[in-house]
Amino acid sequence: MIKFEQVSKTYPGGFQALNNVSFHLEPGEMAFLTGHSGAGKSTLLKLISMMERPTAGRVLINGHDLKRINVRQIPYVRRDIGMIFQDHRLLMDKTVLDNVALPLLIEGYSMQEARKRVQAALEKVGLGDKLRHYPMMLSGGEQQRVGIARAVVNKPPLLLADEPTGNLDPKLSSEIIKLFEDFNRVGVSVLIATHDLGLIARLRYRTLTLRDGRMINDGLQEEG
Amino acid sequence: MSLLFRSRQQGAQQVKISGFRRFVMFWVHNAQQAVASLGELARYPLASLMTMAVLGLSLTLPATLYVVVKNTETIGADWQHASEITLFLRKDLSQQEVSTFHKRLSLSNDVESVRWIDKNEALQEFREASGFGDALNALENNPLPDVLLVLPVANKRGTAQAQALAQQLSNEREVEQVRLDLDWLQRLEALLNLVRDGLLALATLLCVAVVLIVGNTIRLNINSKRDEIMVMKLVGATDGFIQRPFLYTGVWYGFVGGFIAWLATAMVIWWISGAVADISELYQSQFRLSGLNFNEMMVLWLVAIGLGLLGSYIAVRKHVRTIEPQ
Ligand SMILES: Nc1ncnc2c1ncn2[C@@H]1O[C@H](COP(=O)(O)OP(=O)(O)OP(=O)(O)O)[C@@H](O)[C@H]1O
Ligand SMILES: [Mg+2]
Repeated sequence: MIKFEQVSKTYPGGFQALNNVSFHLEPGEMAFLTGHSGAGKSTLLKLISMMERPTAGRVLINGHDLKRINVRQIPYVRRDIGMIFQDHRLLMDKTVLDNVALPLLIEGYSMQEARKRVQAALEKVGLGDKLRHYPMMLSGGEQQRVGIARAVVNKPPLLLADEPTGNLDPKLSSEIIKLFEDFNRVGVSVLIATHDLGLIARLRYRTLTLRDGRMINDGLQEEG
Repeated sequence: MSLLFRSRQQGAQQVKISGFRRFVMFWVHNAQQAVASLGELARYPLASLMTMAVLGLSLTLPATLYVVVKNTETIGADWQHASEITLFLRKDLSQQEVSTFHKRLSLSNDVESVRWIDKNEALQEFREASGFGDALNALENNPLPDVLLVLPVANKRGTAQAQALAQQLSNEREVEQVRLDLDWLQRLEALLNLVRDGLLALATLLCVAVVLIVGNTIRLNINSKRDEIMVMKLVGATDGFIQRPFLYTGVWYGFVGGFIAWLATAMVIWWISGAVADISELYQSQFRLSGLNFNEMMVLWLVAIGLGLLGSYIAVRKHVRTIEPQ
């Protein structure tokens, strides 16, 4: 599903955030990406969602080399990827309904057509009754779940999450992770960046570890 | 269709809808977005209104000047017979000779009509009108010459052609003196040309200014929505999708700005028409200033909308692309 081949990323300032990283995430796989702060986790996810381009090496999604994707095609790549952020990136002046409907409206759905799917996505994250609320009126955990509903509303085959449980308590965190497990169970590939080591230890998923931009463990060594 | 996942269908294609309904929906979507961006304007009523006012008032000046030029041109056309050529004939000509010359001139291709003022009739008229009857009776000979008033054909009435014709007529044996009073007409024409050129330059400058002002306002709008635009790009919005509401905003600026231009132009015309009426009274003319007609109003409106759209187009092309999600 996701394949990195000797990928390096040097930022314009000259800082090398990723150094010769290679790994392969199989379709339908769920994995954690961990490492200290500044290890390059967010950078790695940004290379997948094309917010950044690699300085060297190849990134492939479903066998397609992202180098071949031009600027005008980037939006279409992002429609195949559900993205979840620590700060959830909701539009504060729009209702939950409008926020979650956004990816569908972008694809050309009318609001009437989108509504049913929005309702379903919100039911799945347990917020079926919050359609008319504004994000401000929701708790942190609820806001995060709205972000997840927005990421999955158009049923993307791939989910990326950057610190999705960043400032949530352990109980909420495991609820969020359970949601990801649900999506993974129906075939969605999931990659979650986190430095919540306790969470990773409780769940026995493949864990990729970065240190100073190098992949020191791709999570296959112990098993393999 | 998805770019990366062949089996994955996307968007409206997934929901099976007919071409006709899709066509209808396209317009429904656009109408909805137009209304939505109108709602956006209402969120910053003062700033929006100011941009619209600047747009409208900027167009008022060239529109008013245009009306003035248009009206002056009609005056010019009305008074074209000012290029009438006056021929004073030699006094030793017989009635017969004058009559022949009159007929000959009337047949000329360059001449539309010739009016003969008989010297005897003229004297008679003068005698009655002036009250110098007795004094005139004392004269042995009629001091007045026969006069022919020559009106050139329509396409020979311009100052240059009329002058050439006058020159040609002065060579005729029967003609003593030619008079063609064109000075003021020439001045009017020169003045009109000046105003017309000035109008063009002024209108161009003001249109550029309007485009820049609208562009700048839209740029501020775009910047104030930076975060929203980033989020939209993150979930896969194309630049075109993000741009559309801003383009509609520009159209609305032009739409309302054009309206303001109508009103302001009508008010200015109303304001100066009083003075114009006074002047034309002095000249015993029935002349009344005519404002913009329907077609001209539509053109003004379309220009306003076009400028609004152009300004916002330049702004979105330049700025939406530079906003990248972090
Ligand atoms: N746009 C940028 N320009 C220059 N340097 C950057 C940029 N983004 C990130 N970096 C640097 O790259 C390194 C890796 O950043 P990254 O955000 O990938 O780390 P991270 O593993 O996500 O850290 P955290 O756990 O704190 O989120 C950091 O040292 C950071 O300073
Ligand atoms: Mg990070």
